[in-house]
Amino acid sequence: MNLIAKPSKENIKTYVPIGFSLVSLSILDVFANAFFNLNLMAFLPSQLSYLLPLILGFIGFYLIRIEFSGVRSLDILNKNINSNNFNAVLTLFTIFIIIKSIPPMLDWFILEANFVGNSKDDCTGDGACWVFIKVWFNRFMYGLYPNAEQWRINTAFLILFTVVGVSFFVAERLKKYFILFLVFVFPFLGIKLISGGSFGLEYVESAAWGGLSLTFIISAFAILFCFPIGVILALGRRSSLPAIKYISIGFIELWRGVPLITVLFMSAVMFPMFLPDGTFIDKLIRVLIAITLFEAAYMAEVVRGGLQALPKGQYEAAKSLGMGYWRMNALIILPQALKLVIPGIANTLLALVKDTPLIFVVGLMELAGMIGLAKTNPKWLGMAMEGYVFAGLVFWIICYAMSRYSQNLEKKLSTER
Amino acid sequence: MIFKKFNIENKKARDLIPQAITVLALLSVIIYFATNAQINMGNRGISFGFGFLNQEASFDITFSMIEYDGSHSYGRAFLVGLLNTILVSVIGIFFATILGVIVGISRLSDNYLIAKVAEWYVEIFRNIPLILQIFFWYFAALRALPLPENGINFYDISFLTIKGWYVPKFIWTNFNIFLLSVIAAFIAIYFVNSYATKQREQFGKQIPTTIISFATLILLPLITFFFLGVSLTFEYPVLKQLSPTVFTYAGGVSIIPELIALALALSMYTATFIAENVRAGILGVGKGQKEAAASIGLNKNQILKLVVMPQALRIIIPPTTNQYLNLTKNSSLAAAIAYPDIVLVFAGTALMQTGRAIEIISITMLTYLTLSISISIFMNWYNKKMAIKEK
Repeated sequence: MNLIAKPSKENIKTYVPIGFSLVSLSILDVFANAFFNLNLMAFLPSQLSYLLPLILGFIGFYLIRIEFSGVRSLDILNKNINSNNFNAVLTLFTIFIIIKSIPPMLDWFILEANFVGNSKDDCTGDGACWVFIKVWFNRFMYGLYPNAEQWRINTAFLILFTVVGVSFFVAERLKKYFILFLVFVFPFLGIKLISGGSFGLEYVESAAWGGLSLTFIISAFAILFCFPIGVILALGRRSSLPAIKYISIGFIELWRGVPLITVLFMSAVMFPMFLPDGTFIDKLIRVLIAITLFEAAYMAEVVRGGLQALPKGQYEAAKSLGMGYWRMNALIILPQALKLVIPGIANTLLALVKDTPLIFVVGLMELAGMIGLAKTNPKWLGMAMEGYVFAGLVFWIICYAMSRYSQNLEKKLSTER
Repeated sequence: MIFKKFNIENKKARDLIPQAITVLALLSVIIYFATNAQINMGNRGISFGFGFLNQEASFDITFSMIEYDGSHSYGRAFLVGLLNTILVSVIGIFFATILGVIVGISRLSDNYLIAKVAEWYVEIFRNIPLILQIFFWYFAALRALPLPENGINFYDISFLTIKGWYVPKFIWTNFNIFLLSVIAAFIAIYFVNSYATKQREQFGKQIPTTIISFATLILLPLITFFFLGVSLTFEYPVLKQLSPTVFTYAGGVSIIPELIALALALSMYTATFIAENVRAGILGVGKGQKEAAASIGLNKNQILKLVVMPQALRIIIPPTTNQYLNLTKNSSLAAAIAYPDIVLVFAGTALMQTGRAIEIISITMLTYLTLSISISIFMNWYNKKMAIKEK
C-alpha cells in the first residue's frame, strides 16, 4: 500500500533514491547510445527499448517530485526542471536531444576534422576541413588586397584599436579629444592609408578591397554618417514647418519601404544614369551612400521614438531659459532622447553590420562574398559548410559583442534609481 | 535693429525661409538628375516608357505558380516574380509566427532548461546575418541531401532529395463546392460566435463555441465529400530512370531547394525577433492582472486566454507587424540563391535584357512599397480591433 502512495515527505527515504536511480539510468542509456553506440536495453523488444529512457526518466521524475521536501537542493531541482508532468517530459527531451547532438557536432568540429595540410587532399576525415579556412584565411581577411601592402590595413586597424583602447583609460576631460580624433580625423587618415596614391604609398583600387576588413570599413563609415543624418531626419519629421516635415516623412518612408538589395541595385545600375555622362563615382562610395541613407531612415525612426517619449515640460523648460531651437535640441532634448533609445540605436547598428554582406550584389566581396569565391575555386569544391560556419561564427562574435556592449552602456547611462 | 524686428514680429516669414530653401534644394537636385537621365537615355537611344512590358520576355523561369514560358511578356514575368515573392513571404510569416510564439513562451517557462535553450536559440540566430543563414541552408545543408535514387523516403508518399522536396499533388474534383463549403463554415462560425457573445453578455449563458467552431469547420466540408460529389485523389511522386545514372521523380509537386532554404532561413531568423516581442508582451501585462484574475476564480488556462493574452497582444502586434514587413523585404535576398522572386526575375534578368534601369528599378521599388503599405494597413486594422475599447 505504501509503495503506490503519492510521493510525499513521509516516504522520501524510499522514493528519492529509486527516482534518482531511474533518471540516472535513463540518461546513462542515452549517453551510452550516443557516445559509444551501445544499446544497454538491447534485450528488450526494439520499440520498447527505444522509448524506455523516456518512460524510466518520467517515472523517476514523478517519484522525486515531492513538494516541501525539506531538502533544499531537491526543492530547487523540482522547482526549476520538474514542476509537473509536462515539464518533466520537456526536461527529458531537452537533455536527450543535447546528449544526442553532442557526438556528431564534436566529431565534425574537432575529432574527425583536419587541421594540418595545404590542399584539399590533406582532408581525409569525415569532419570539417579547417585546412580550407587556414589556406584562405588571408583572403577572407583582406580580400584581393595585394599581400605586400596588407600592413597598411593592419596599421589602420591597429591605430583604431589602440586609440579606442587608450580612450577607455584616460582622464574624463581628455576623452573628448580622443572622440573628436576618432570621428573627424581618423576615418580620412585611415582611408588614405588603405587606398594609398600619395606619400609614396602604392594606389590600391577599391575593387581589390574585400574580406572582413571591408566589412569593418563599410560598417564604420556607414555608422559614422547615418547617425547625424538620422538625427536630422528625426528632427525634421517632428518639425512644425510643413514643407520640412513632409519631405522628411516622404524620405524616411521611401527608404523604409524598400529592401536594401533594391537600393543597392539602384546605386549600381540606376544611379549612373542620373549623373552627367562620363562622371564616374567609385563603386564603394556609391554603395556607402546607399547603405548610409537606408540605415539613416531607420535611425531616424528610432530617434523619433526617443523624442516623442520626452515629456513636454523639457521643451518648455528649455524655451523658458531663452534657448533657441538648435541649442534646445543639442543641450536638452537630444542627450535625453538618445539615452532613452540606446537599445534601438544598437539594434539599428547591428542590422547595419548584418546587412554588409549584401554588397555582393554590386560585385564587392566582403567576408561572405570571399567565401562564395573560395568555395567555387575548382581546387576547393565542396567546402561550403566550413566556409559558412566560419563566417557565421565571426559575424556572431561581432554582433553578440555589440549587443552585450549596448546592454552595458544602457545600464551605465541609466539615471533611474 | 531691422534684424530683431524681423526675428520677432514676422514669425511667418522666418518660418518660410528654411522651408523655401529645402524645397528649392530638393527641386534642383531632382531637375538636375532628370536632365542628366534624359541626356543619357538620349545618347543610348532609349526613351522612357513602359511599353516594353508587352514585349516577349524570351527567358525561362525555374519556378512559377502560373503558366509561364519564354513566349510570354515581361509583364507576365513580373507577375510570376511577384507571386513567388508573396509565396515565400506568406510561408515565412506563417512559420516564423508559430516558431516565434513557441520560443517566446518557452523563454518565460519555469523550466530552467527550456528557458535556456530558447534563450540560446534567440541569441544564436539573431546575431548571424540572414544572408549567411540562407547560404548555409542552401549551399551547405541542403546540398548534403541524397540524390533522387536514394532520397529520404517519408512512407512512400514524399521524398526529400538534393533536387528538392517531392510531395503528392492534390487532384480535386468539384473544388469550387468544397471551397464554398469552407467559406460557409467560416460564416456560420462567425454567427455562432456573435450569438454566443450576446447570450453570454445578456444572460450569462456559456456556450462552448470552440468545440462548435471546430465541429462546423470539419463537418461541413466533410458533408460535401459524401453528398455533393467532391473528391480528392493524390498523385504520388514516383522514381523514374532517365538514363543509367540519372534518376528523377515524376508526378507530384516538386518544392525547389531554393524555396526551402529561403523559407527556412527567413522563418528561423524572423522567429527570434517575434519571440522577443512575444516575451516582452507577456512580461508587459501587470502582475496585478494575473492576481486579480486568479482571485475571481479563473484557472490557469482561463487566465492566459481571457486576461493575459488579450492585453499582451496589444503590446505584441505593432512590433510584430514590423517584423512581417521586414520578412517580406528580406525575401528579396532570394536573388542571392537564384530563387526566382521579383528582384531576380525583374530587376535581374529583365533589366539585363532590356537595359531599362530607371523603369524597372522604379517598378520594383514601388511594388515593395505597395506590399509594405498593404501589410501595415491590414495590421493597423487588426491592431485597432484589438485595442482597448474604452466606454
